[in-house]
Amino acid sequence: MHPSNKKSSFQSQSSAEKIVDAFMAFVLCLLVVATLYPFIYSLFASLSDGALLTRHRGLLFHPLGFSLDAYDKVFKNPMIISGYKNTLLYLVAGTAINMLLTCLGAYVLSRKSFKPRNAIMLFIIFTMFFNGGLIPTFLIVKNIGLYNNFFAMVLPNAISTMNLIILRTSMQEIPDSLEEAARIDGANDFTILFQVIIPVSQAVLAVMVLFYAVGHWNSWFNAMIYLRQRAKFPIQLILREVLLSNSTDSMTTGLPTEGSAVIGEGIKHSTMIVATVPVLIIYPMLQKYFVKGVMIGSIKG
Amino acid sequence: MSGVEEVADGKKAGRFKKHMIRYIYLYLMIAPVIVYYLIFMYAPMFGLQIAFKDYRPSLGMLQSPFVGIKHFTAFFGSYYFERILKNTLLISFYDILFGFPAPIILALILNEQRNALFKRSVQTVTYLPHFVSTVIICGMMVDFLSLNGWVNAILSSLTGRAPTAFLQVPEWFRGIFVGSNIWQEVGWGSIIYLSALSAINEEYYEAARIDGASRWQQLRHITLPGILSTIVIMLIMRVGRVMNVSSEKVLLLYTPNTYETADVISTFVYRKGILESNYGYATAVGLFNSAVNFVLLISVNQLSRKVTDNSLW
Repeated sequence: MHPSNKKSSFQSQSSAEKIVDAFMAFVLCLLVVATLYPFIYSLFASLSDGALLTRHRGLLFHPLGFSLDAYDKVFKNPMIISGYKNTLLYLVAGTAINMLLTCLGAYVLSRKSFKPRNAIMLFIIFTMFFNGGLIPTFLIVKNIGLYNNFFAMVLPNAISTMNLIILRTSMQEIPDSLEEAARIDGANDFTILFQVIIPVSQAVLAVMVLFYAVGHWNSWFNAMIYLRQRAKFPIQLILREVLLSNSTDSMTTGLPTEGSAVIGEGIKHSTMIVATVPVLIIYPMLQKYFVKGVMIGSIKG
Repeated sequence: MSGVEEVADGKKAGRFKKHMIRYIYLYLMIAPVIVYYLIFMYAPMFGLQIAFKDYRPSLGMLQSPFVGIKHFTAFFGSYYFERILKNTLLISFYDILFGFPAPIILALILNEQRNALFKRSVQTVTYLPHFVSTVIICGMMVDFLSLNGWVNAILSSLTGRAPTAFLQVPEWFRGIFVGSNIWQEVGWGSIIYLSALSAINEEYYEAARIDGASRWQQLRHITLPGILSTIVIMLIMRVGRVMNVSSEKVLLLYTPNTYETADVISTFVYRKGILESNYGYATAVGLFNSAVNFVLLISVNQLSRKVTDNSLW
C-alpha cells in the first residue's frame, strides 16, 4: 500500500494535502462514532433507572442513575431463557451439520481427478442463480414433515453454496503432495479429509464456523414460518416480540400497568444487549481471518 | 452381439467398475450434499409448477387442478403489481446509487491512512454491525426513531419542529431503509475493495511519484483502474439482485401505514403465501421475480463482457 511506504514519503506534503488527510481522518472518526453510538446508547439505557429513562429525551452519555433491574427481569423471564436455550441448540446442531456437509462437498469438489465434479459443480452453482423461492420451499419443508419440527431449523439451510465454494477453492490450493503421502500409507478419502485436509484448513474453517454460527444466532425468519409452538422459538423471534410488537407487558405480568411501561423501556435495551454480547465476544477473535475468507470467495468459482 | 462389441462393452463395464472402486468414497461423501440440494433446492423448483395450479394441500402439487396463467394475469392486472414493482425497484435503485459507492469510498479513504493501528480500529468497528441481527438493528431503529426517541429529541431542539413518527410516514421509509443498510454494511463491503487495493503493484506508484504525479492523479490513473474489475464484478452481482429486496428487514420495519412505499415483492409473497395461504398466487409472483432476476443477471453479465471484458462467467 503506497502511502504506508515510508521510503517514498520523502516528498514534503503541501498544506492542501494535509487538509485532505485531516478531513479523511475526521470522516473515519465520525463513522466510528456513528457505528458505535447506537450500541452505547442501548447499553446506557439498559443500565439506567427505569423512571428516569422514561422521562428522559435525547442522547445519553452515561446511564441515568444505575439499576440492574432490567437485566434482572430479562434473566428471570422464562421466554428469554427458553429462547436462549433453543437458539444454542439450533446453533450447535445446525453449525455441526453445516460444517460436516460443507467439508464433505468441498473436499469432493476439490479433487481434480474426479471427473463428475464439474457436472456436480454446475448442479450446485445453478441454485445460486435460480431457485424455487419462498412458497415452494415452505411447502416442500412442510410436506416432508418438518413443520414445527426441530429439523426445520437446521436442515433447510444446511449448506450455504457461497461457503461451499469458498472452502472448495481453499482446499484446491492445498499441495497434492500432502494427500499423496497419506494415500501411499493406505489412507482412504475420509481419512485424508479428516486427518490431512481439515487440519491444514483451520483458518478458513474458523471463518466458516463463525459465518454459520452467527447466521444461526441471528436467524428468525425460518423460525417464524416453520415453528408454531412458542416453546420452540429461538431468541431472535422472542426479541422481535419484545422489541417490535410492544409486547413487553407479557414480560412484566403482575406489575401495575404504569410500572410495566417504566420497566419496559429498559427491558428492550437489556434484551438487545444480552442478545448481542455473544456475537461481540466471538467476532474480534476471528477478525484476522475475515479478509482471507471473503477474498477466497471472490475468486471465480 | 458381435465379439467386438462385447469386448468394448466389457471394457466399458470394466472401466466403470474401476472408476467406482477408486472413487467410491467420494461418491459416499458427495451423496448427502446432493440429497440436500435435491430436497431443498431442486424439489422447490419442481414445486414452482403450482404457480400454474390451484394448489390444494389435500391434493398435493401434482394433482392440484391446472389453471394456466390465471395467477399471473390476476397479479399483473392487480393494483399491487405496480406498487410492489415500483417499491422494489426504487429501494434497489437508491441502494445501488448510495450504497454501492459507499464501501468503495471507505476503502479508498482507509487505504490512504498511514497509521496502521487507527486503520485497523476503524475496520474492526465498521465490520461489527454486519454481525448484529436484523431484529436488533430494527429494534434500535424503531426505538430511536419513535416519537420519544433521541432522533426526534435532537431534531426538535435544533429546529423547534414537532416530533415525527418517522417509521409511520411513507415518505421516510425508503430513506431510512437504505440509510440503515449503508450504516450496517459499509465496513463489511469495503473488505473486498481493500484487498483489491493491496494487490496493486507498488512500483506503479513509485514510477508515478518520480514523474511528479499528484495524489489525485495517482488515484485516477493507478488506484481506480487497479480496482475497476472488482468494482464491475460487484456491480454485476448487485444489479443481478435488483429485484431481491430482502423481506426480513422490510417485514420488521414496515406497518400498514407505510405499505404504500415499503411493500416489496418478497414481503407481498410472504403475506399472500404464508399469511393468507394463497399458495398458487404467491408462487406465481415469486416465479415472476426469479425469472426477471435470472434474465437480468445474464444480460448484465453479457453487457459487461462486451463493454469491459469483466464478467462472472
